[in-house]
Amino acid sequence: MDIELMINSFPKLLNATLITLKLLSVSLILGLFIGLGFAILRMNNNKLINKFAYGYSYIFRGTPLLVQIFIIYFGLGQIEYLRTTFLWVVLKEPYWCAIIAFSLNTGAYTSEILRSAFQTIKLGYLEAGKSLGIPSKIIFTKIQIPIAIKQSLPAYGNEIILMLKGTSLASTVTLMDLTGVAKYIISTTFKPVEVFIVAGGIYLFMTFIIHNVIKYLEKKYGFQT
Amino acid sequence: MELLYFGDKGWGDELFFATLMTIAVSITAMIIGFIFAALFTPLKLSNNKFLNSIGNAYTTVIRGVPELLVIYLFFFGGSGAIMFVASIFGYNEYIEINAFLTGSFSIGIISGAYSTEVFRGALQSIDKGQFEAAKVLGFNKYIYFFKIILPQMLRLAIPNLSNVWQITLKDTSLISVTGLVEIMRQSYIAAGSTRDPLFFYSFAAVLYLMLTFLSMQLLNRLETKYSKGY
Repeated sequence: MDIELMINSFPKLLNATLITLKLLSVSLILGLFIGLGFAILRMNNNKLINKFAYGYSYIFRGTPLLVQIFIIYFGLGQIEYLRTTFLWVVLKEPYWCAIIAFSLNTGAYTSEILRSAFQTIKLGYLEAGKSLGIPSKIIFTKIQIPIAIKQSLPAYGNEIILMLKGTSLASTVTLMDLTGVAKYIISTTFKPVEVFIVAGGIYLFMTFIIHNVIKYLEKKYGFQT
Repeated sequence: MELLYFGDKGWGDELFFATLMTIAVSITAMIIGFIFAALFTPLKLSNNKFLNSIGNAYTTVIRGVPELLVIYLFFFGGSGAIMFVASIFGYNEYIEINAFLTGSFSIGIISGAYSTEVFRGALQSIDKGQFEAAKVLGFNKYIYFFKIILPQMLRLAIPNLSNVWQITLKDTSLISVTGLVEIMRQSYIAAGSTRDPLFFYSFAAVLYLMLTFLSMQLLNRLETKYSKGY
C-alpha cells in the first residue's frame, strides 16, 4: 500500500471532482426539463405524439450511454452541414457533447419516472380541484406537481446516483473528470488499488450526500396523499 | 450499405462476431454475478453484524462507484491481484488473464451487486410462514431450499433480474476500453478505418436496441411462466 501516492493524488482527484460535479449538475438540470417535456408528451392523447415520446425514451434507455456519447462527439461532426451552422461551436467541444449526451440520457429516464408519478395521482384529487373551481394551471402547479415530486423522489434519487456514475464516461471523450484523472494516475504509476480507494472514496462520499439529501426531501414531501 | 457486406469488402461479419462477443460477455458476467449474489445474499441477511457489514460494503461500494472505475481497477490490477491471491495458496508464477475474463469478471462483480439486492428483496418478501411451515414439516435442507424457497423467490426476482440483465448488457459496452472486441470496440475500429463514425456508432446503437428488445421478449415469456399462481 503506497500511502504517499494516495495523499499526493488526493488534491488532483479532488480538483477533477469539480468537473464531475459540473457535468452532473448541468446535465441533471437540462435533463429535468427534457424529462418533464417528454413526460407531458407521453400523457398526450394524440397517438403520434405519444409514440414519438415513447420512442425517444425507448431508444435512450435501450442503448448504452457510451454509444450515445460517441454518436454525438464523433458522429455528428461528420455531417458537413452541421459544421457550417452555429451548432458546431457547441459540438466541437467534448464538454458540451458530454453534457448533451448526459442530458438526453437522463431526460429519457426522468420522463419515465415523472410519467409514472403523474399517472399514479388519483383522479379524485383533480376532480376535487375542478369542482372547487380552481383554474387548471393552479391544479397543475399546486396539486399535481407536489404529489408528483413526492411520488418520484425515491426513483429520481436513484437516477441522480446513476447519472453521477454516468459522468465517468466523459473520460472517454478526453475530458479529465474524476475517473479520467484516476485513469491517468493509474496508467502512469501502475498502482490501481491505491487510486481506486481514493477516487472510489470520493464517489462514495458524493453518493452518500445525494442519498441523504433525497432522504431529507422525502421527509419534507412526506405528506399523506 | 456496402459497409455492412460480409467478407473482406465490408464490416458485416466482424460486427456479427462482435455482437456474439457482447452476448457471450453479458451471459458470463450475469452468471459470475449470480455466483457473487449467492455468496453475498446470505451475508446481507445474516444476523451476525460482521458478516452483515461485509455484505453491505460489497453492494454499497460497487453500486456507488462508476463502472468504468471498477473496470480500470481490474484491467490494470487484475493479474496482480490474482497473483497475490495465488501466492497465498503457494502458487508464485506469473499469471496473465485475458481481456474476456477481466471484462466478464469486472462486469460480473457489478452485476452481482445488483443481483444481490434483488435476491435479498425477494427473499425478504416471502411470507415468514413459508419458512416456518417448511421447517415444522421437517423437510430436509435440499427440499427446503430448492423446492420451497427458491421457486417462490424466483417468481418475485425475475422481473427485477431482467432489469439487471439490461444493465449488464449495456455495461459490457464499457469493457471496450480494455480492448476486447465487442460491439463498441468493433465499431470504433470500423469507424476509424472508414472515417464514417456516424454510421457505425448508429449501427452499434441499433445492435444494442435489437439485443435489449429480443432479450426483453424472452424474459417477459419467462416472467409469465414463473408468475403463475401457486
